[in-house]
Amino acid sequence: MNPAQSTQGTVKERADVALNNDFLRNAVKFTTERLRSGKQAAATEHGNWEEWRERGRQIRLHTIAHLDYYLNTFVENARKNGVHVHFAPDTAAATDIVMTIARHKQAESVVKSKSMVSEELHINRALELAGIETIESDLGEYIIQLAGEGPSHIVIPAIHKNRYQIAELLSEDAGEELPPDTTILAGYVRRKLREKFLGADIGMTGCNFAIAETGSMVLFENEGNARMVTTLPKTQITLMGMERIIPSWEDLEVMATLLPRSATGQRLTMYMSGITGPKRTADGDGPEEMHIIIVDNGRSEQLGDPEFQELLNCIRCGACLNVCPVYRHIGGHSYGGTYSGPIGAVLTPALNRNVAEWDDIANASSLCGACYEACPVKIPLHDMLVYLRRRKVERGHGNRWESLGMKGFAVLMANSKRLALALKMGRIAQKPVVHDKGITIKMGPLKGWNTYRVAPSMADHSFREHWQELSEETRRTAPPMDAQTRDRMEQILRQRRASGITGGQHE
Amino acid sequence: MKVSLFITCLSDAIYPRVGEAMVRLLAAHGVQLDFPPVQTCCGQPSYNSGYWEETRTAAKTILKAFESSDFVVSPSGSCTYMVHHYPELFKDDPHWLQLAHELEAKTYEFTQFLVQVLGITDVGAHFPYKVTYHPSCHGSRLLGVREEPMTLLSQVRGLELVPLPFAEDCCGFGGTFAVKMSDISGAMVSEKVDHIKETEAQVLVGLDMACLMNIAGNLRHRGEQVRVMHLAELLYEGVGVT
Ligand code: SF4
Repeated sequence: MNPAQSTQGTVKERADVALNNDFLRNAVKFTTERLRSGKQAAATEHGNWEEWRERGRQIRLHTIAHLDYYLNTFVENARKNGVHVHFAPDTAAATDIVMTIARHKQAESVVKSKSMVSEELHINRALELAGIETIESDLGEYIIQLAGEGPSHIVIPAIHKNRYQIAELLSEDAGEELPPDTTILAGYVRRKLREKFLGADIGMTGCNFAIAETGSMVLFENEGNARMVTTLPKTQITLMGMERIIPSWEDLEVMATLLPRSATGQRLTMYMSGITGPKRTADGDGPEEMHIIIVDNGRSEQLGDPEFQELLNCIRCGACLNVCPVYRHIGGHSYGGTYSGPIGAVLTPALNRNVAEWDDIANASSLCGACYEACPVKIPLHDMLVYLRRRKVERGHGNRWESLGMKGFAVLMANSKRLALALKMGRIAQKPVVHDKGITIKMGPLKGWNTYRVAPSMADHSFREHWQELSEETRRTAPPMDAQTRDRMEQILRQRRASGITGGQHE
Repeated sequence: MKVSLFITCLSDAIYPRVGEAMVRLLAAHGVQLDFPPVQTCCGQPSYNSGYWEETRTAAKTILKAFESSDFVVSPSGSCTYMVHHYPELFKDDPHWLQLAHELEAKTYEFTQFLVQVLGITDVGAHFPYKVTYHPSCHGSRLLGVREEPMTLLSQVRGLELVPLPFAEDCCGFGGTFAVKMSDISGAMVSEKVDHIKETEAQVLVGLDMACLMNIAGNLRHRGEQVRVMHLAELLYEGVGVT
């Protein structure tokens, strides 16, 4: 396993590995920049983006608020269509179901299209342990499978590799030197996969959306591989997170507008397949047997939690990763879980029931809010990161020194006289280390800061110390407020009061 | 009419010149600022780190300090936005909740106050330099201050405004983030400064001293000569009022 991908250590340690890897940083920067400008252009071209974002959010909010109803409807309809529907409360149960089907079918090989849920469950590992050949057919997934890594982006799994690294991996796979030319490399993988498709016993997919009204599942993809996975093998297994539901095909129109534009800036995804049950007698192709495994794995814990329920609205577009300045510098593996970037930083602790070992990911954010702004269903990830931090503190898992520091902070901030005194003392204490209004020593809390910056010194006098003088000066020199300005301000006060806000001196 | 200055800790302790510029600039337009000396910090450091109990202590000092103000104006978008979190902090406490709603409604970031409240878009400044502008995340993205600084800058005589590439990207400050995740933060601020250098601007202007302190610190570390200013300072210097 790639060191940057290990779940060992802290986020900080993993991030430091990534920060020292220029290949990774350049590759991630290059592709996320392309994706985010594509998304921006697509949103602008759409013309009504904000309105559609709100529509998307409303659909997701409504569905998740009535998830039990829509799940039941979906399951009923899917069963009517002849699908075997299974529920898996956790990874172990989901793996069990997959293995039982595989054994029953005496499967020797499984061909997969891209599925983040299957990554979450580490299903490849389980299949391979049982001696079943498992082949990823999405180009990016194929690459990271060869490299023995997990996805570092929820849409572009091999985003952290440049084409030279990819050519190297594929050359090794091919047993011949392949040039670092994207078309040639993709052509090689396509040829190689063709035989695998024909020989596979089981096709395994994820699910972008599950349509409750007809019990159908919908896949979005660009390579056509998911089509092959869902038509060639005799048995199909679809893994879906329990929140993938939307009520109707009409709702899909909104999602089909939001998802590809947010993910890659495409107006439409190349292939959108809607699958309603196994092959019927009149159908030309399709699996003879179809299973859908609905996976909970920590999702239902978010239901009814006012701070985190909206996490289930996520449509896994990756837009939040593409705009995230932290993700851009440290890549996906630094997050340590299957899901990376801002959504991963919240989803991983949430799905893992906030266990202490995952909590530190929430610190890997400057809370800039770019994720929220980019999210097509407006999930307030920047707020959720703060909620995670707060829960950790409330449960007594806060760093001891930080807790002490914060107590001290509260003592100072409760009383301006104490604050003023502390400022004065700080000014005396800083004297030996200040040069030309700057501090360069790399000690204590200034160590990290001053590795990249020069810290400013405290001013010779604080604002409050100078206030008396300043206010006397302006009282002497300033003109009175003109009538027009006064009118404007009074108008604002009247409006404020009319909206029910009282207070202030000017009653 | 009581218009109070919410100085914020950084401007109080490190950058008093920003508060002074605001006081003088607004006085020139007939607004005599009031300064409640009992004010301390908005509580962002503890709020963002998850210490909400400690944040309530800081928030109460601020709520009390500005209880009798009609307008509150602050040189920081993120401290202004922090006040918008107060109702959430006191949702189970009707007395403080009431004050929190009031403060939220009457607090303005500096350029919001100039443009929205006073209706001023041209302060009559002259500033013959090449300037680029960094929109701080909380001010622009969360508080929604986007147009105001642009309007004000566009009216300054002699000023050449050069767009900052990837301007909306975070500078990497993030409060305690810069200390806890110092290497990630360092990578972010270095990238920001690379973009600033691309503009060949002589002056970087912004609306939040925290972000500007971060960026200025990296500029100085790298020996770059770009001058870093709060917009209030730039306008005040441009007017030449003394
Ligand atoms: S959180 Fe929003 S932006 Fe991020 S992957 Fe989910 S839907 Fe996309």
